[in-house]
Amino acid sequence: MSFKALEEIVNITKKTDRPFWEVVLAEELSESQQTRAEALAKMENLYQAMKEADQNYDSLLKSPSRLVGGDGEKIARAIENGTMICGDFIGRVIAKAIKMGESNACMKRIVAAPTAGSCGVIPAVLLTYAEQNEIDEMRIIEALFVAAGIGEIIAHRAFIAGATGGCQAEIGSASAMAAGALAYLRDGDADTIVHAAALALKSLLGLACDPVAGLVEVPCVKRNVIGAVNALTSVDMALAGIRSQIPPDQVIDAMRLIGNAMPAALKETGEGGLAITPTGLAIAKGLKE
Amino acid sequence: MNVFDIIGPIMVGPSSSHTAGAVKIGYLSNKLMGEKIRSARIYLHGSFLTTGKGHGTDKAIIAGLLGMKPDDIRIPESFEVAEKAGLAFAFEGIELRDAHPNSVKLNLTGASGRELEIMASSMGGGNIKIFQIDGLDANFGGDLPTLIVHNQDRPGLVTEVTAMLSQKSINIATMQLYRSRRGGDAVMVLECDQEISKASISGLQSLDGIRKVTYLSLEESA
Ligand code: SF4
Repeated sequence: MSFKALEEIVNITKKTDRPFWEVVLAEELSESQQTRAEALAKMENLYQAMKEADQNYDSLLKSPSRLVGGDGEKIARAIENGTMICGDFIGRVIAKAIKMGESNACMKRIVAAPTAGSCGVIPAVLLTYAEQNEIDEMRIIEALFVAAGIGEIIAHRAFIAGATGGCQAEIGSASAMAAGALAYLRDGDADTIVHAAALALKSLLGLACDPVAGLVEVPCVKRNVIGAVNALTSVDMALAGIRSQIPPDQVIDAMRLIGNAMPAALKETGEGGLAITPTGLAIAKGLKE
Repeated sequence: MNVFDIIGPIMVGPSSSHTAGAVKIGYLSNKLMGEKIRSARIYLHGSFLTTGKGHGTDKAIIAGLLGMKPDDIRIPESFEVAEKAGLAFAFEGIELRDAHPNSVKLNLTGASGRELEIMASSMGGGNIKIFQIDGLDANFGGDLPTLIVHNQDRPGLVTEVTAMLSQKSINIATMQLYRSRRGGDAVMVLECDQEISKASISGLQSLDGIRKVTYLSLEESA
């Protein structure tokens, strides 16, 4: 896309009175050979794939390293037993986030959003919300365009890969995208959308990418939970009228600066953070043998 | 980046670079071979070597060589599929000089005996780059129909190739030229907006001074 700032999108929505997602879609169409119907169908297909991935969760699967698997089921049981402090809605968001992360680690089919490691954040928020509320499927597809527009700006101004920007770039970006999408579903205007995204991103700035043995398993699966729950709290703040004191585009720029300042050891190399704890190292060693 | 680079692709996990990108490298190698692959020697470099197993990189590459795409749910079982399909393969580690950490070298033999050597890197987000074919540089991502012509470095040959394309109303999106030394082996890599017909490809093959033509078609049936 040729937009370089969230502010540009917000300004166009104000000037033309078109919703945020329409502006993102129009820009997409102007730069590709697809028709509007094709682009909408493509997004609908991605949404269906997210739903399928959620339904196809298999609690018996284990990842190749055997570190991951079965935790989604534990949360599902806790919800059934009524023991969740977070309550039913957030409980189900947690369950979906873990399940999707586990499915990914177990070589099941998922939708990268924006990456495979962070694939649980957006579906956890949107699928749970759609289950809980009667909403038209088209609205969810629109919300996914909102998420994608935010992700595009983040990718342009900073990064969306752990290897280049640390986990803030993956789980942080996914959280910001989910927040923007949910703010839209809650009838937030463009300003509320970008501030929900900014509030979400701010809270995850600095998050290192330190996967044990370099695998997308530990801590990735559970980080999807914080990405999703952080999106919910950010949306509630933004809808209540709270604004990020640092403008959203500058928050993204801050992420870039932090990512650039991070040593390589904290960028998906498996050579820092959790990966080099005694246990992390022992796991890596065990896998090699 | 467009909308569907951000949300998507639909893929088999766990990693867009180590799994989806690896499938794509295999898939494009299969397309470039243009015939069934009989055997494959695969040399993993860098992070593909150290963390590849846990990411299923090996299964992903084999799946791609069998023609599977990154969203194929048979990827975890690709070794079994390969056995049934008569694809023999072996993996080794290698240290490729100055290569991206997620890189691989593939030595392939097709059903007819055709040989092909490919070096490729997975750049992140499922995007890849093929950076060498048969020992000569190249640089393309496989998102457009791509023509690779290995030829003798002699005047006029580039014009003959591009003239053929313009005659067929094929628009060239990007063009790269590499050579080992003046008058020696050279390669042209042309990314095109339209598909090139089989007949035109064989027409090129018969031109004087052309050693080998490899074509990446993105058409499903090819
Ligand atoms: S820790 Fe690294 S690999 Fe894991 S989700 Fe975060 S960015 Fe991705």
